[in-house]
Amino acid sequence: MTLPRLTRAEMLWVLLLAASVLLAALAHVFPVLRGFPAGLTLPLADWANAVLTPLVEALRPLGRLVSAAVEGPLEAIRAALAWLPWPATVLLVAALALQAGGRGLAVFAAAALGLVVAMGYWPKAMNTLALVLISVPLAVGIGFALGALAHRFPKLQPALVVLLDVMQTWPAFGYLIPLLLLFGFGPTAGLAASVVFSIPPMVRNTLVGLRGVPPAIVESALMAGATPAQLFWQARVPSALPQLLVGVNQTTMASLSMVIIIAIIGGFDDIGWEVLSAMRAAELGRSLGAGLVIVLIAVLLDRITRGFAARGRRTGRRVLWIGAAAALVLAVALAGQDLLPGDAGQRSLRRLDGWLLDFVAWSAPFFGLLRNAITYGVMLPMRLGFSGSASPMVWGFALTPAIIAAYALASLALALWLGRRRPMRGIAFGFAALLVWTGLPGFPWPGVFALAGVACWRAGGPGLCALALAGLALAGVSGLWAPMMQSIYLCAVAVLISFALGGALGVLAAESDRFSALLRPVSDALQTMPQFVFLIPALMLFKVGEFTALIAIVLYAVVPPIRYVEHGLRSVRADLVEAAVQMGATPRQMLWQVKLPLARPSVRLGLNQTIMAALSMLVIAALVGTRELGQQVYVALSKADAGAGMIAGGIIACIALVADRLLRTPGEAPGRTD
Amino acid sequence: MAQAPEIMLSCRNLWKVFGPRPGYYFDTAGYRIDPDALAARLRREGHIPAVADASFDVKKGEIFVIMGLSGSGKSTLVRCLSRLLDIEHGAMEFDGRDLGRVGGRELTEIRRRKMGMVFQSFGLMPHLTALENVAFPLKLRGMDRAAREARAQEMLDLVELGGRADALPTELSGGQQQRVGIARSLAPDPELWFLDEPFSALDPLIRRQMQDEFLRLQRQLKKTIVFITHDIMEACRLADRIALMRGGRIIQIGTPAEILLSPADDYVAAFTAEVALGRAIRLGDLAQPDAAPPEGAPLSARAPIEVLLPALAAGQRRFAVEGGRVVEAAAVLEVLHRDARHGGTAT
Repeated sequence: MTLPRLTRAEMLWVLLLAASVLLAALAHVFPVLRGFPAGLTLPLADWANAVLTPLVEALRPLGRLVSAAVEGPLEAIRAALAWLPWPATVLLVAALALQAGGRGLAVFAAAALGLVVAMGYWPKAMNTLALVLISVPLAVGIGFALGALAHRFPKLQPALVVLLDVMQTWPAFGYLIPLLLLFGFGPTAGLAASVVFSIPPMVRNTLVGLRGVPPAIVESALMAGATPAQLFWQARVPSALPQLLVGVNQTTMASLSMVIIIAIIGGFDDIGWEVLSAMRAAELGRSLGAGLVIVLIAVLLDRITRGFAARGRRTGRRVLWIGAAAALVLAVALAGQDLLPGDAGQRSLRRLDGWLLDFVAWSAPFFGLLRNAITYGVMLPMRLGFSGSASPMVWGFALTPAIIAAYALASLALALWLGRRRPMRGIAFGFAALLVWTGLPGFPWPGVFALAGVACWRAGGPGLCALALAGLALAGVSGLWAPMMQSIYLCAVAVLISFALGGALGVLAAESDRFSALLRPVSDALQTMPQFVFLIPALMLFKVGEFTALIAIVLYAVVPPIRYVEHGLRSVRADLVEAAVQMGATPRQMLWQVKLPLARPSVRLGLNQTIMAALSMLVIAALVGTRELGQQVYVALSKADAGAGMIAGGIIACIALVADRLLRTPGEAPGRTD
Repeated sequence: MAQAPEIMLSCRNLWKVFGPRPGYYFDTAGYRIDPDALAARLRREGHIPAVADASFDVKKGEIFVIMGLSGSGKSTLVRCLSRLLDIEHGAMEFDGRDLGRVGGRELTEIRRRKMGMVFQSFGLMPHLTALENVAFPLKLRGMDRAAREARAQEMLDLVELGGRADALPTELSGGQQQRVGIARSLAPDPELWFLDEPFSALDPLIRRQMQDEFLRLQRQLKKTIVFITHDIMEACRLADRIALMRGGRIIQIGTPAEILLSPADDYVAAFTAEVALGRAIRLGDLAQPDAAPPEGAPLSARAPIEVLLPALAAGQRRFAVEGGRVVEAAAVLEVLHRDARHGGTAT
């Protein structure tokens, strides 16, 4: 067997692999190589607090002012929604739905809201809606202004892109404490967090929309004698309107998602709080009911805003006016009467508890099996590694030197065989074998620095490399090395499972129209649901723990690979497929040798989105008990430790940014096969 | 021609350069530029001289066609004339003003009242109906709704699209969309009308119809027109005069017959080789004043010489053309001989 000549990049990776193996071996002798040495940690959280506290103090008058300015309208909307008798509100929403999406959507809206009323969640749902109705216009307004500004001054764009990424990846819990200190304890802090989180999609869509205006339209407006303001408001903005409305849709969904999560700070008696308290009290029926309400609101908001985005401006407004007028009449006629059906709905939800418990008990063997399979098959090897988990009790044998040597030799042989044509494959396998041996958290820390540094440098240049190393150093020095490695591990397992599962589903959906049609509403629903909801079934079936968190993350992160893989496979050029058929490709060859390679950019983007989804779910999944950074953020929140929360959140944002850039720029990351 | 017609737009030594620092090459005033040397230097130093030293006059009421292949700079040139792009060097005189130097409000006013432009990709606002699109320039200058819609309807009627006033651009065919574009550009009753490859995006059959339509409009409106095309046949059909561009430079200006019959160089000759002269050369191009025209009704000067073929075959030697002129059979036969060398008229 002759080995191919290695390029310099491949030599570098081989050397890194050898060094990592050496480090891992040495780590058995020198424990200092395993975890980040405790002697190097600094009281960073205290320092951060020392900076943050006076800053917040200085800004507090401003914060109170904003608070007062926001809480007035919020209370007004809340009061209005509380005053409006529910039949009037339902009528109004149904008219909106009719306008946006036609008769089907109107019927759905009426039925969904009717169910909310019947379950006894109406006032809470209206409180959530009030929060959304305040947060969305703020986010849309700010986002549009930022996007328009960045379009006018393109030099601002690189900085803005980084800012948006940070806003989207920095977990809201991480900056919630400073916001609470700034705005005082009340809904404003939560609203601020929600606005921060939901601005980015509006900015991005504004930019895309304005950039996408055809030059001929701009030129024709100029030739028609448009002043700069006319050019912007009468040509660019109307032409970009469909894209702007897509932005409004995405901003609304982000805002709803965050409004519900932020309920964790309590005090607004909304539907998110209801889910949280029901989960804490282990009342399955109530939490499931409240979760259903959230899903219904989310689907409604999504379909209505998306309907308007698809229809654009040219629709008659008559239906809407008639609906509004009828609603007003109803409201005046019914005002002051208590029309809500009391707590019958709540009682029946409680009754549901018993059935659900029975179901959980009945299905326990199956789900136990699943849990064990994934725990022992995937999670333990990734967490503890073969070296950590192989004991006579679990695997039936102890690690003798002979077995270690056999593992090493077998890995080496396989790596060489795999790398005989494409060295990167062998090298990637080598790293995988080493990881399975040490476990992710047990990987020697100097090795992590070296690998991340080299990979980022090669993929994104010195800037990305500096960002990655800074993030790692921050984690190490602040004493969060172990939680960070736990985060990466949990995220990696979740991504692995989501991507394998979602990718397979995506391939099936691309091959079969019927399956695709079946799958689409499911992934639509999964994608529309606020992240919080995924905790409910996971918690119900698996109780508190890391595995539950994993399931919740997978449920949330499984959609992007389905979408992107299917889209990638389906958009392979038809003439290439025809050419391959003509050359005699079997369906299997077609998939592996034609379609998948051609769909690689889309698949890669899907992987990127899977990782982003998993990371953003991490902090929320921490609520059901994990041992990673998300938990640190959560602990810091409960201790009101602003500095610690900011640092843990910052590290998560750092991981997300690096992962995003690594997969976005086609570079020479390990595992690349060309 | 008895008196020299008024010049509407006069351009001298226009330069438009794309690149990192185009201004650098034109900041010294007062010395003569050798265009070829400067263009070569610009290319060497990472710039693109999209328009190099273009000089021409557009006379009032004529159709001035700027023709060239893609990348020849013709679209850039028309964008310089309409000031969608700023020139690096040169002078443009329009309506008694230095068009290259006006800016801000004044430029906006010129565009609102004196210029119209039609675009290859139509450039219709997707959110406005046909009527609203045509009324758009009038709305921008603040005309009230009733007046501008009446004018827009008039324009739509002019392009025979009066019945589709409420249609959105997406509901119209390509040819109909371009009719809206034409109506819009004419709505302010401009003196100078730019058409940037207006028919290139259309099917051949529709293109032909639109050309006839355009000629009909021009006979009615008598605008001063700068028309951009890459299609030599279109240029010959429509133009009073043609400017042929290559690599940013204007290499020949002349009537279609001048370009076809005495090309300035091999490039122009190769470019025009495909044209069926029998169809492109008009009787007026070959007619000479004559004291004693032959009997019979004079033929139209715009008619192609191929209409004479049956009469030529029948042995007729002299043909009367309107304006008391005569076309000799020998002149016609000479042109047809050239055609035969290029492979016949059957194109």
